Amino acid sequence: MWKPEPNIEDLRYFLENTGLTADLSVSAFRQMCLIRFFEEGIAERYYVGKQPDFNLASGPIRGEMHLAVGQEAVAVGVCSLLDDEDAVVSTHRPHHHAIAKGVEPGALAAEIFGKASGLCQGKGGHMHLFDKANNFSCSGIVGASFPQAAGAALAFQRAGKHLIAVAFAGEGAANHGTFSETLNAASLWQLPLIIVIEDNLYADSTPKWQALATAQHYQRALSYNVPAYLVDGMDFMEVYRVAKTAVERARRGYGPTVIEAVCYRYRGHFEGDAGEYRTQEEVDLWRMRDPITVLGAKLKKLGWADEAALEREREAARQEADKALAFAEQSPLPDAKQALSGVFR
Amino acid sequence: MRKLKGIAFGVAEAIDQEMAKNANVIVLGEDVTYWGAVFGFTYGLHKKYGRNRVIDTPITEQTFMGMAVGAAASGMHPVVSLMFVDFLGAGFDQMYNHMAKNHYMSGGQFAMPVTVLTAIGAGYGDAGQHSQVLYSLFAHVPGFKVVVPSTAYDAKGLTSTALRDPNPVIIFGHKLLTGLPFLPFEGEEEEVPEEPYTVEFGKAAVRREGTDLTIISAGLMVHRSLRAAEQLERDGISAEVIDVRTLVPLDVQTLVASARKTGRVLIVDEDYQSYGMSGELAFRIQAQSFDALKAPISRVATPDVPIPFSQPLENVVMPGVERICEEAKLLVGQTSHDAKLAQPA
Repeated sequence: MWKPEPNIEDLRYFLENTGLTADLSVSAFRQMCLIRFFEEGIAERYYVGKQPDFNLASGPIRGEMHLAVGQEAVAVGVCSLLDDEDAVVSTHRPHHHAIAKGVEPGALAAEIFGKASGLCQGKGGHMHLFDKANNFSCSGIVGASFPQAAGAALAFQRAGKHLIAVAFAGEGAANHGTFSETLNAASLWQLPLIIVIEDNLYADSTPKWQALATAQHYQRALSYNVPAYLVDGMDFMEVYRVAKTAVERARRGYGPTVIEAVCYRYRGHFEGDAGEYRTQEEVDLWRMRDPITVLGAKLKKLGWADEAALEREREAARQEADKALAFAEQSPLPDAKQALSGVFR
Repeated sequence: MRKLKGIAFGVAEAIDQEMAKNANVIVLGEDVTYWGAVFGFTYGLHKKYGRNRVIDTPITEQTFMGMAVGAAASGMHPVVSLMFVDFLGAGFDQMYNHMAKNHYMSGGQFAMPVTVLTAIGAGYGDAGQHSQVLYSLFAHVPGFKVVVPSTAYDAKGLTSTALRDPNPVIIFGHKLLTGLPFLPFEGEEEEVPEEPYTVEFGKAAVRREGTDLTIISAGLMVHRSLRAAEQLERDGISAEVIDVRTLVPLDVQTLVASARKTGRVLIVDEDYQSYGMSGELAFRIQAQSFDALKAPISRVATPDVPIPFSQPLENVVMPGVERICEEAKLLVGQTSHDAKLAQPA
């Protein structure tokens, strides 16, 4: 999303109104770096044993792999406003949401490797991450997050808790019936729900223009009387500003909000995706709007961090990601007997 | 004759040849153009027939399954991709309450010529929501023909039959038999005629003749059963291996004839064990061969747990050559049942 860059005075005015401080912003920068290094580290290890012949069944991480490099600002912009007990329901591309929600990166990585020390003791895998302590879950089925988050919101409302639920979904999921059905129910009952469409312009291999009757998804929410925002998903500060309004509205009991954050995934829909549906030029163009670069530049412009400070944050994030991945690699696999237990409590 | 590796290109070629002569055939589903329905079943069709006949749908299983019902009732023959069978929940109402029933409920007024393509199976680490088989769910509902090709030859011939059938036919292609480069391949490269041909539904194939026991299976499990039969031969056990090819209609005659010949039946099924194919086949076989059976019918299937992610856990639940051999030896009395009782159920 291309837009005018505010001058420094306008940017300060904008930030005064969002409540974003230097500490919050620098911490968001570090978390976005952590997600980036984590995802790149997973990618590197995913290809171990998969070269030269790429085979989903080979290597230390098996099965499909959906990474979110490029989409960090959406996850951090929204989740930095949430409490531990607020619910997040994510998708088949869930790592950035998990980290942003506070899921411990080591246990997350271990689950991705199928290790006994993983979040789900190796039973779930990368598309099926569950962390009760941080009220985080996800699903590999497109469109499944909307009603589940609405259900959490219903439970919070009925219990009289001032908690909120967030459903993340890709742009393809917003064409699914569950999106419309959830919007209707959530609006009818004024549920404390935020739906975040991470609009990365593609549903698997299908470009958005090929599968969408309206220009954007957010427009559809308006017909259910749900306030909706279109925001630059490559800009943490923009996402934060809009998410803050939505979070406050939900927490005060004024009902749901839809946020459509336009962003881009640099890597394939899944690892091994040959990218037949887009050009390298397009990917390169979006990389020029990289969310970590954009935030870093703003922090410097505001005088909230200099290059040395940013490098310290990057280095700390790199170390945290490396530690998580090393923990996963060194952890033992589960005992095979565990496969047959746990269907019922 | 030209050789083909895997079922995917067999299915795609059959659709191509039927589309060439039947203008009513259209292809619908997610990623059916660039990615050939992800598992290759529609590969190359959009280049030849264009987007007018090969249509990438939004992610809307309920809707495109319902559209297939309406289009079939209006004279078309839709070929619909349900990418992974695990996604059936998102579109199943239109399938089991309408596609399967409308011909019957309308007193025969509306034909329902629909061919559904879907990918099944585990064995490469795709976990609980992308590794299931589930053909028994479809076979349970009256009104679906259930096709499970295990070879490229059958895949092409059975798909041609499906496209000439005025009824709903679901083709379950195992991912480890597709022959695609990014997945393991457990089938055989084989000669497949380039010209169109059909393989009749309801005719099981005896893949290997034997005298001590009959192993009955479908899809990938046919190949694992054949490998088990080779090992059993080294232990002095002669196993007959039958590929059912279609669960509906089912060739009971061939199964019963073999059961009467060997007196021992082992059913190998990658679907969940309970209330599925293994139980149904056992019932039908014993009803017509009880007097000739030397032992109770036995089975190897996926135990009643979701498919776990981690490799050692997945290996426990997915039927493999070793488990087939163990069960076969128990059945012919080479090992004792005491040893079996020590195993998990």
